[in-house]
Amino acid sequence: MCTVLGMSIGHALLGLLEKEPRHGYDLKRSYDERFGKDRPLHYGQVYSTLSRLLRNGLIEELGVESGGGPDRKRYTITDAGVTDVEQWLGTPEKPDLYLQNTLYTKVVLALLSGRDAADVLDTQRAAHLRAMRELTERKRSGDLADQLICDHALFHLEADLRWLELTAARLDDLAGKVRP
Amino acid sequence: MTTGTTGEPIMSARAVRKSFGPTQALDGADLDLHPGQVVAVMGPSGSGKSTLLHCMAGIILPDDGSVTYQGRELSTMDDSARSALRRNEFGFVFQFGQLVPELTCVENVALPLRLAGMGRKPAEAKATDQLARLEVDDVAEKRPGDVSGGQGQRVAVARSLVTTPKVIFADEPTGALDSLNGERVMRLLVDAAKATSASVVLVTHEPRVAAYSDYEVVVRDGKTRAAVGAA
Repeated sequence: MCTVLGMSIGHALLGLLEKEPRHGYDLKRSYDERFGKDRPLHYGQVYSTLSRLLRNGLIEELGVESGGGPDRKRYTITDAGVTDVEQWLGTPEKPDLYLQNTLYTKVVLALLSGRDAADVLDTQRAAHLRAMRELTERKRSGDLADQLICDHALFHLEADLRWLELTAARLDDLAGKVRP
Repeated sequence: MTTGTTGEPIMSARAVRKSFGPTQALDGADLDLHPGQVVAVMGPSGSGKSTLLHCMAGIILPDDGSVTYQGRELSTMDDSARSALRRNEFGFVFQFGQLVPELTCVENVALPLRLAGMGRKPAEAKATDQLARLEVDDVAEKRPGDVSGGQGQRVAVARSLVTTPKVIFADEPTGALDSLNGERVMRLLVDAAKATSASVVLVTHEPRVAAYSDYEVVVRDGKTRAAVGAA
């Protein structure tokens, strides 16, 4: 899948298509509104991603409206595409710095599709805590340099976890915003 | 419940409910505590995590649901049996030490042994050993008001361990400490618990403290959410 700053555009487009079939232009607009405020997609990215999703059987064309041109094609998600989104949402991201973009996208898409967004957060929390346990263990058996390096990573992962907690506390509000 | 552990738990809470007046503090909480393991009970303020600790420790009784320790249901015990359980089998560490200000640190640590009927000299000898394990024997003769926050909390941990409890209940044990002192308290607490195969219920909202646990349970709106699905 194509990624921007670690974000999977393919999965995000699939998630948006899960709600309803759309044209490429609609998809770009919807993506930019929800996830791309600072970094809108280029048309080229949208169409190259769509053609790959098409090739992999994750979406299919619903037909071409009169007028021609690539903008007129409507796409719909296939069963394989839904399974792919499902797996992506259920798999925690590798605990890493600056994950919020991907996690925010996952939470919004889970809410949009009526899945349990708290599960996405819980799965990620477990992965983060596991990484923090490993760092804590390494710190306990390491020298001062190890301790300082691990502390730096631990504080950053802790910041992610605090964001996860705060988002969990705001899920109801967020659901109201994304599912008006 | 995914805990990463197998075997019979030493202690279990099932579908525990507890209200205080109109406030529903717990609304169906589950927790399995495995022998020799540290479980972190996490969640935002007011989520019910301290209430769950109090129910598990037999300090308060649930309105509904069950808490069992080594197969015995706490709610069927009378007050004195529950007090004996807390005195002999459980240890407690709270956020603000809760040491008796009029007693010296060694007398504070010896207190649970004295209450259990041990003579002063053997109790204080044992307390001194425990203080040394927590690297705080140099304040043995000082009163709590004359020691630092970090030292006081290590004295409190020593007191919780002196009876060699099977279960230690720690409610935000580092909540009043800076990072370095908090880390030292956690390292010593977990090492001491592991050395005696004691289990620990660790209530905390701090991820770095929870990272000392073996597994976690999250409480939100009075309900527990076990760690899910992470591979």
